Formats: sequence, C-alpha cells, structure tokens
Amino acid sequence: MSVNVFALIQNEDFSHAQLHSQLQSYANAYSLGGTGAIVTFTGLVRDFNSQGDIDGIELEHYPGMTDKALMLLVEQAVARFSLTAAGAVHRIGRLYNNEQIVWVGAAAPHRQAAFDAACFLMDMLKQSVPLWKKEFKGERSQWVETKASDDKAALKWMASK
Amino acid sequence: MHITVKTFAQTRELSGEDNISLDLEPDATIDTVIKHLTARGSHWELALSGSILSARNHQLCDKQTVLNDGDEVAFFPPVTGG
Repeated sequence: MSVNVFALIQNEDFSHAQLHSQLQSYANAYSLGGTGAIVTFTGLVRDFNSQGDIDGIELEHYPGMTDKALMLLVEQAVARFSLTAAGAVHRIGRLYNNEQIVWVGAAAPHRQAAFDAACFLMDMLKQSVPLWKKEFKGERSQWVETKASDDKAALKWMASK
Repeated sequence: MHITVKTFAQTRELSGEDNISLDLEPDATIDTVIKHLTARGSHWELALSGSILSARNHQLCDKQTVLNDGDEVAFFPPVTGG
C-alpha cells in the first residue's frame, strides 16, 4: 500500500497549490479514480486579538513530539473518515499578520467525509499537537489562552465516533 | 532511575528551567515528578498549577502513568496551535 499521508512542521512558508497537488497525487497513487472530493483549509495570522491590534505571533513547539502528534492525527483522520489521502502543515517561529500558519487537506471518495475530516484535523490539532502561540505588539507579548469554543469543538469529535 | 524533564511555553517561563535531570525511586509516576519539582520552590508550584498537561516519551499521558529509566517527561500548558 502506498503512503497517503504527510505531516510537516516548518519555519518557512508553504504553497497551497503545491500542497494541494501533493495531496492529489498521494490520493491517486493510493486509489486511482477513487477520489471524488478534496477539501483544504488554510489558517492565517489575524491582525487583532480581544484587546486590540497585534503585530504578529510567535509559535513555540515541542521538537520531537510535534511532528509525531501531527502525523498521528493525520493517520487518525484517514482511518476515521476512510480518506484516500490527508496532510497537514504547521509553521513555527515568528509570523507576522496575514502570514499563513496552518494547512490541512483531506481527499475522500465523497465530499462529506472530506469536509468532516478537514474540520476534525483542525479541531483536534488545537487539542493534541504541542504548539503554543504568543501574540506580540512592539516589545510586548502575551500567551494566547485556550478558548472554551475550541475545547467544545474537539470534545464533539471525541464523544462521537 | 534516571529521567529527563522538559518544559514549554508558560510552564518553561514560570519555572525558569527547560531541561532537568532527576533521579527517582523505582515505580515513580508523573505525580512523583510533580512532587519532586514543586519541592524546589513556589515558582515550580506556580508553573505546575492549573490545567497543566504532561507527556511521557512524546505522548500525552495522565498523572498516574508509571515511568521507566531513561524516560523523557514534559510539562506544558493546554496547546494553542492552529
């Protein structure tokens, strides 16, 4: 069986077009003609938080665990939604407003599974992958707190099967 | 037995230490590590208070997890990626 998953943790920016085509070629290699839908999501750095404007964010991670946790999540999505391919990319380090932070993609025989898998990947990523955001403005910075709505979104997937 | 402890984000900043070696009694758990660390001072008590997560050898685990010689244990706040 061919490899149909990828998970990357990187400083550098990514190309949505390149990742989309990588996902599609993985899906084709896995099951030529078996994919009817590809859903992708790209997350960007907002220029504000609840207190006002920010200049960007700094992403800390746990080297050695982050890539394993992200790959585990992608594999779980493939198994759970019977995907033909899936991938995830998360950036680390200092990112400025409007830069890309995260990308997830899911390929499936039918669209609902692809949509659900993309939501699952993002909701669970915010629960199980060791990444921490610090927002900065000038010389000041503060850690981002977890949101109750994020916990609720992940719990929904954990409670259902 | 001998283990390594790592900390990240607020837990690293509050404790002031990011990489520690500890000698523990056999059958020690994550809870045992927390007791050892909080005995180091109030900064560690603060760093490990609240809803802190723990990992053993790069996998999330609970406080009752039993450790082995050579394990890498990590403490960190709830994650905020995405």
